[in-house]
Amino acid sequence: MAPALQASGIVKRYGPLLANDGIDLDVARGEVHAVMGENGAGKSTLMSILYGMQAPDGGTIRLDGVAVRFRSPAEAIAHGLGMVHQAFKLFSSLTVWENIVYGREPRRGPFIDGAAARRAAVALAERYGLAVDPGALVARLSVGVRQRVEILKALYREARVLILDEPTAVLTPPERDVLFAVLRRLVVDGRSVIFVTHKLDEVLAISDRVTVLRAGRVAARMTTRETSAREIVRAMTGRVVADRPDRVSMPQGAALLHAEAITVRGDGRVLVADANLSVNGGEVVGIAGVAGNGQTELVEALVGLRAVASGRVQVNGRDVTQSDVAARREAGLAYIPEDRAAVGTAPTASAADNLAMGFHRRPPLRRGWKLDGTAVRDWARRLIARFDIRIGSERTPVATLSGGNMQKVVLARELSHAAPVLIAEQPTRGLDVGAAEFVHGELLAERARGRAVLLVSAELSEVMALSDRVLVMFGGRIIADLPAAQADEERLGLLMAGRPGVAA
Amino acid sequence: MSVLSPFLVHSAVQAITPILLAALAGVLCGQAGVFNIALEGEMLVGAFAGVAGSYLAGSAVAGVAAGALAGAALALILAYGSTVLRGDAIVIGIGINLLASGLTAYLLRQMFGVSGTFDSPAIVGLAPIAIGGLAGVPLLAAALSRQSVLTWFAWALVVLVAVGLFRTPFGLRLRGLGEQPDAAATLGVDVQAWRVGAVLAGGVLAGLAGVQLSLGAVSVFSEDMSAGRGWIAVVAVMLGRNNPLGAAAACVLFGFADAFGLRLQGQGLPNQLTDIAPYVVTLAALILSHRRRQA
Repeated sequence: MAPALQASGIVKRYGPLLANDGIDLDVARGEVHAVMGENGAGKSTLMSILYGMQAPDGGTIRLDGVAVRFRSPAEAIAHGLGMVHQAFKLFSSLTVWENIVYGREPRRGPFIDGAAARRAAVALAERYGLAVDPGALVARLSVGVRQRVEILKALYREARVLILDEPTAVLTPPERDVLFAVLRRLVVDGRSVIFVTHKLDEVLAISDRVTVLRAGRVAARMTTRETSAREIVRAMTGRVVADRPDRVSMPQGAALLHAEAITVRGDGRVLVADANLSVNGGEVVGIAGVAGNGQTELVEALVGLRAVASGRVQVNGRDVTQSDVAARREAGLAYIPEDRAAVGTAPTASAADNLAMGFHRRPPLRRGWKLDGTAVRDWARRLIARFDIRIGSERTPVATLSGGNMQKVVLARELSHAAPVLIAEQPTRGLDVGAAEFVHGELLAERARGRAVLLVSAELSEVMALSDRVLVMFGGRIIADLPAAQADEERLGLLMAGRPGVAA
Repeated sequence: MSVLSPFLVHSAVQAITPILLAALAGVLCGQAGVFNIALEGEMLVGAFAGVAGSYLAGSAVAGVAAGALAGAALALILAYGSTVLRGDAIVIGIGINLLASGLTAYLLRQMFGVSGTFDSPAIVGLAPIAIGGLAGVPLLAAALSRQSVLTWFAWALVVLVAVGLFRTPFGLRLRGLGEQPDAAATLGVDVQAWRVGAVLAGGVLAGLAGVQLSLGAVSVFSEDMSAGRGWIAVVAVMLGRNNPLGAAAACVLFGFADAFGLRLQGQGLPNQLTDIAPYVVTLAALILSHRRRQA
């Protein structure tokens, strides 16, 4: 029988860059096929070609043995393809059923047959175990449920091949397990799933076969049962990567970051409720939690971007509760923000300018009332060399850099402060294995220098690998404070879902 | 004096019509994701074309057709500028409003050799529609009787737009593509074509709003006679959050404020003072609704 989807010799050029260099991909009926690779390996390009968002420069695509050529996603959908993007494409002001039937509405005369639409949505949801309320407004749904709506949307359009792009990045472990159960039911039903990810354990857990891309080519094709995490990583990176960063035990110093009874209000709600935390020198404290449970607001309160309703913040023994951002940095706080393109850097400014920010008020970068251009340039060149930032010159705007290199610019600047306290928020989001490894190494080096590191991350594996202690936030509260040894995935997962009773 | 005198009700209903038509235009554009602030200009051009058409062809129907066409023609700039040419709808809207004001004043001089106001017995106004059998219900009779066909059309359109938006595939697509154009495009909806269509339909409605101004209650064109009604319609769209029923409710409020201002003028207050009534109500409504939303 012909494969459900067969892409052969796919080529895509962007100017001088060869994003896809003759890629072959076979997806059988009834299998979960993982597509892995580092950022820039060509996964996204390949998926956008399969889904008709881009036209390939060469190669053919066959569905069930029939050659097809899509000029738009609408054509791909009509041929039985479905795709769930990382950033959902849902109408949040519409209801679940309206999202599902959009563009293909069941009609009664000139009107939409709402009852029939709901019935169709419920029938599909029950068949594949996708629990949703068809009448709910999408804006009110959690990300996990929104993802189900996306899948239902594809199934309503009779997708036989479903592409999932990094589907678990936004899910809690329990939500991920629900998703996997759904995928299993889909493949049992004879549909095929293309699962794009860079998470190894998930590939091993759910996929039947793996295609690994590296630098626009297929680096390996494997059957999941016959391979190992180590082999996949070697295929992805072309080298051996440590499973976990080495973490030597450190004698702990005094509390360098100390927060007491922090409460933050906004939009008429309590966003952070009575949060206490303390990070000692030589310690990494991780904050785990599903996005939107107060982590962002807590960090903003700590660094001075958001006013607290009550509570106290101490940095390096100094009470900075009433201080602005500049004064807190002066007191010894460095900050790697969640959004490197909006908060972490000024994207249109040059690397030299970005690296100088925060140092511009003092010599050597400041001379009299103006900046010393030569000093700024030398400073930037030194940091670019030390952090191995891949960039044309220090005058290049940072917006042109890849995510990993942009994050290195932020790291280089923040770590140059040699501040006793470092707050790192989602420091490896969107980075590939190599870049993430680099960031992890730098965070642990800070710890080894006796500094206090507060790490906020939605990646459980990252929190568990780096932290000496793990705090879990749920509904604006810190509901657990566990030593690393007790912070296993199951326990953290339950806590993140707000079920401390079960976890304890 | 009774606040709801028959005369007041009648003039309020008359005052509502142009704002309501323009607001429905704004609702259509807003749902399609184009913030249309060119309503004022489209309305003014519609008012001029209505008078010109009626005068030249000697028929009110020609005036209505000319007004609708002129509104759509002006809207063409916004329709293509904000979609195909990827311009900023706000900047284009401001440009259209300035253009409309200058263009109508210029054409007034060129075509009719007057400046300020064009008044002629040859301008055929919209005939008021008499409704019999309501004599026993004084307020209702005052409200409904002797209104122009455009008033009836506007209120029918409120129902039609509401049902269309919330009950038909057409409306679902429009609402969706306004909010998430790329999601709609993925599902096979031609977002640009829909937006062009919505803005042009809005142009027709805003043009008709102008015709109601120049051929409805009076049969005359004066420079800048839209006098901010297009802007009030923009506010009505915002207050109604792109919902035709909400926008209509806001229009009723403004219409009564307008009529009430006229009434105060009759009581001897200076008209410069009474003319500001609808704008004061507009400002107050905007501020109050914003406070309510924040709470």
